[in-house]
Amino acid sequence: MPATLRILLIEQEAERAARIVEALAEAGETDVTVLSAARVLARHVAQARPDLVLIDMAHPSRDILEELTLASGPLERPVAMFVDRSDAALTRVAIEAGVSAYIVDGLRADRIRPILDAAIARFHLFQRMRTELAATKAALEERKVIDRAKGLVMKARGATEDQAYALMRKAAMDQGKRLADVAQALVTAADLLG
Amino acid sequence: MTRQVSLGFVPLVDAAPLVLADVLGFAEEEGVRLDLRRAASWSMLRDLVDQGQVAAAQMLSVMPAAQAMGLGAGRSRLEAPLILSLGGQVIGLSAPLAARLEKVGHAFDFQDARSAARVLALLGNGLRIGVPFPYSMQALLVDYWLAGLPPGRLSFRTVPPPMMPEALAEGEIDAFCVGEPWGSRAVQVAGARLLLPGTAIWSHPPEKVLATRAGWCEANPDLAGRLVRALARAGDWLSRPENASSAAEIVTRPGRVEVAPDLIERALTGQIVTDPHGRIQPVSGFQRFGPVAAMAPMPEQAAWIGQRLARRFGLPEAPAIAAARMTFRADLHARFLDLSGRQIRAIPGLGRFADVAI
Repeated sequence: MPATLRILLIEQEAERAARIVEALAEAGETDVTVLSAARVLARHVAQARPDLVLIDMAHPSRDILEELTLASGPLERPVAMFVDRSDAALTRVAIEAGVSAYIVDGLRADRIRPILDAAIARFHLFQRMRTELAATKAALEERKVIDRAKGLVMKARGATEDQAYALMRKAAMDQGKRLADVAQALVTAADLLG
Repeated sequence: MTRQVSLGFVPLVDAAPLVLADVLGFAEEEGVRLDLRRAASWSMLRDLVDQGQVAAAQMLSVMPAAQAMGLGAGRSRLEAPLILSLGGQVIGLSAPLAARLEKVGHAFDFQDARSAARVLALLGNGLRIGVPFPYSMQALLVDYWLAGLPPGRLSFRTVPPPMMPEALAEGEIDAFCVGEPWGSRAVQVAGARLLLPGTAIWSHPPEKVLATRAGWCEANPDLAGRLVRALARAGDWLSRPENASSAAEIVTRPGRVEVAPDLIERALTGQIVTDPHGRIQPVSGFQRFGPVAAMAPMPEQAAWIGQRLARRFGLPEAPAIAAARMTFRADLHARFLDLSGRQIRAIPGLGRFADVAI
């Protein structure tokens, strides 16, 4: 029976981390350490000696891991990014899901596979949620600006809400701009003029 | 027909040519639409290029050579048809280290690399220096500058630039070499003192390049030509002093490079605030984005990078230099930009290296 796989998970949000740990536990014998702070990463990897490091692909601390691809001492094991040369599709899926995996040299790919599959599935879900949240937030911001701009037009021209909206939409179409950009310009100008 | 090209970038001052090519219409005039993708780290950008998720990216000038030599986690060969920026690095010290240098009478003139190296050698302590990436011009400039220090004195730590001020304040590093605005930021929030600009070590150090997978330009010559021309023209516009203020405003809009515009403008004009008391020390040619001829990626520059990497990581020099040279494609630059003889004669060559003998 293979020994327990030591995994270091770098994740800032506690709730996300807990759910990933859960998914990993279902996939196999794992011992997961979660690390949220970023700067102590290199030291921690050296101490914890994990077999596998999982990190959000977009995590700003990823470059620190790059340093570990150079083993400088006799006790240090070089870490390689998980790129299974026989399975380019898996690498692509991992990148699309936004997870980067670094494995310690010499670890067999078939031991990693089920763990990585589980991690990818979990990260994929988070990635979709994050994209949707970001889009929703942006849309809300835009609506707020459009509402403010509409108010400005109504006040300046004594127009009704519908008229103000129509005026702005026409201006946007005439200038080949997005309605939100025209609204932003109005709001900025109004702020400047006081 | 307008064609689209996906382009990765990391939000730093020197991402400006990419943003400007998009916003000011240089790309549109070349009949290409830029799909800009922001990345949080150089590793991420490298993976995006490796996997073909972006066609091209702003990249550290040392990465293509490092990758060609088998250093780092990347897989595919990269090459650069254009230099996006030269210079822009600053070397700074923690407040306690700066105080020690002051005590022994260092002038902090922000230009004499040799005297700065000598005074650091005199102090006799270990020096932990933060750099943004193991394979970066920052690391190579420091390695060259302090080569005269006794073995074992100098150690490098990889610290993502936004975390540099914090790492310095908490005593995890004694010094750093980083691109703006992060050096100025460390002065503001961590009491750092800037010692030298990168250009005091090498007058024209390539800092960022446009990188693609090897062969991409030859396979897509029309699209690659449009992309290179759009970025080169944006860089040329940016290199004119009268455009610095406008550029700083445009680049710092939300979703782009989110720092205060004045920090960017100071980097663009070489007006660097070097200590917490607000002393400004002007540096001519601190960071260059043009003229077009100066942004040709020359094999000689890549050879220097390959040689320094080989020495640093204990690899044989000759094959490293040969592999590195292939990654800087001045031939593609010349082909896409159709430079006149006068422009080519204006290319500064390698530039000057400081005498750093201790």
